[in-house]
Amino acid sequence: MKRTARALAFFLVLLVLWELFVRARVWSPVLVPSPLSVAGYLGESLMDGTLLSALLVTLRRLLLGYVVGIALGVPLGLLTARFRTLEDTLGLLALGLQALPSVCWVPLALLWFGQSEGAMFFVVVMGTLWSVIIAADNGVRNVPPIYARAARTMGSHGLHTWLRVILPAALPHVVGGMKQGWAFAWRSLMAAEIYVTILSGFGLGHLLHYGRELNAMEQVIGVMIVLLAIGLAADRVLFSPWERLLHRRWGTNR
Amino acid sequence: MNPSASSPPASPAKLSLRGVGKYFRTRGRDIRALENISLDVSEGEFVCLLGPSGCGKSTLLNIVAGLERADEGTLLCDGEAVTDPGRDRMMMFQESALFPWLDVLENVLFSLRLKPGMNSAERREVAEFHLQLVGLEKFRHAFVHELSGGMKQRVALARALAPNPRVLLMDEPFAALDALTREQLYGDLQRIWQERRKTILFVTHNVREAVCLGDRVVLFSPHPGRIQREFRVDLPRPRDINSVELARHATEIMAELKGRNGAPAPERAAA
Repeated sequence: MKRTARALAFFLVLLVLWELFVRARVWSPVLVPSPLSVAGYLGESLMDGTLLSALLVTLRRLLLGYVVGIALGVPLGLLTARFRTLEDTLGLLALGLQALPSVCWVPLALLWFGQSEGAMFFVVVMGTLWSVIIAADNGVRNVPPIYARAARTMGSHGLHTWLRVILPAALPHVVGGMKQGWAFAWRSLMAAEIYVTILSGFGLGHLLHYGRELNAMEQVIGVMIVLLAIGLAADRVLFSPWERLLHRRWGTNR
Repeated sequence: MNPSASSPPASPAKLSLRGVGKYFRTRGRDIRALENISLDVSEGEFVCLLGPSGCGKSTLLNIVAGLERADEGTLLCDGEAVTDPGRDRMMMFQESALFPWLDVLENVLFSLRLKPGMNSAERREVAEFHLQLVGLEKFRHAFVHELSGGMKQRVALARALAPNPRVLLMDEPFAALDALTREQLYGDLQRIWQERRKTILFVTHNVREAVCLGDRVVLFSPHPGRIQREFRVDLPRPRDINSVELARHATEIMAELKGRNGAPAPERAAA
């Protein structure tokens, strides 16, 4: 409760500083709209449905690409950790590609898939997949070997050891990787949406882009606030419960 | 029914090692870790393997567990050759190796779930029984990090005993515990061993511990690891690690360990 109050107070202070900055007229109001005009934009776009529909389009793309990225990345990471051949091939590729800024996939996606949902999907998957592979692989390598040895003496082997011992033991790293994958997916989607206009769906990135085109600064800032809120909400809703559970079991809570 | 009987039982050996040898390959060179180990362990016997670090006693235990393979010799458990880990031989390590993602009861159930022919109610019952045996039934839903070092090893003991193995292999299970906790566990282990009549192979570098627990103490010498001498310990049970009798035995073994017979041994490392 106290922590929530503190966070609220912090954001309130930010708002006040922002308003003071606007009133000081350091920059023109066209460049720095007041919090009220941004709130006005948010209210309007909520009422006429543009914001909500853009939000839904974006979240659908994000979730679809993210889920596929995780579903492919976690098993592939386990495999690269298990098989030397895969480590030396796919593992190396993943290591190289995860460092690639995901916006770099956009030109390729456009040429391959055109201005379509497929291009968006491809960019998000590429943004997620490689870092998730690396994280899962890394998680497995950090599992104390004693767990697998103990399991072997109890009669566990092969797939059973992997599913019942290695995977749960690697879970803290895997969840960390999923969180990182989320951030990468989010970034790559925004880059793609700002970069590319797609007729099948108008997302938050497009809203941001057209805010700039129309010099509608309150729209640009309004959408950015929405993006920030989504980032926070994702962490609180998707990852915090998992992390709390793991902290409780592993005893790693502060 | 007197497990403290010191004469070797007439039954054939539970574990039988003949000429067991092991090499480690490092940088193209073979280093002999174990040489010509021959040892028989009878049903229900408590045998301690004692020696300085690097004498290969843990390697030998791993071989018996089936985690490593011998390069020479034969190893039989109940007359069958041992090549792989098996439920008939459960192992305890210096670290508890309990799984942090499971609570105490689930950790004990882990070994039972791998045992065929039990339904979940039976498994639960067996797990609860063994938690009671080690005195931790109140902690069944605690997580591993919430337990003290001694409690962790008790859970590990329950987990190892639950599937009813024929042989219990213990690799310095108490080495990381404080002296007080250790003494408590010596008592518990002796009691459980007498109740459950397990064959135990126990690795330690602590002379008093070996004398306190073992029917026999097998002394190893290093480079390469081989059996130097065997001592039979005929003290009544339960044994108190602080008793004068026990100390006298320990001194004798310590002297042999140090290679100067009869010299008083202050036994610092083992205390």
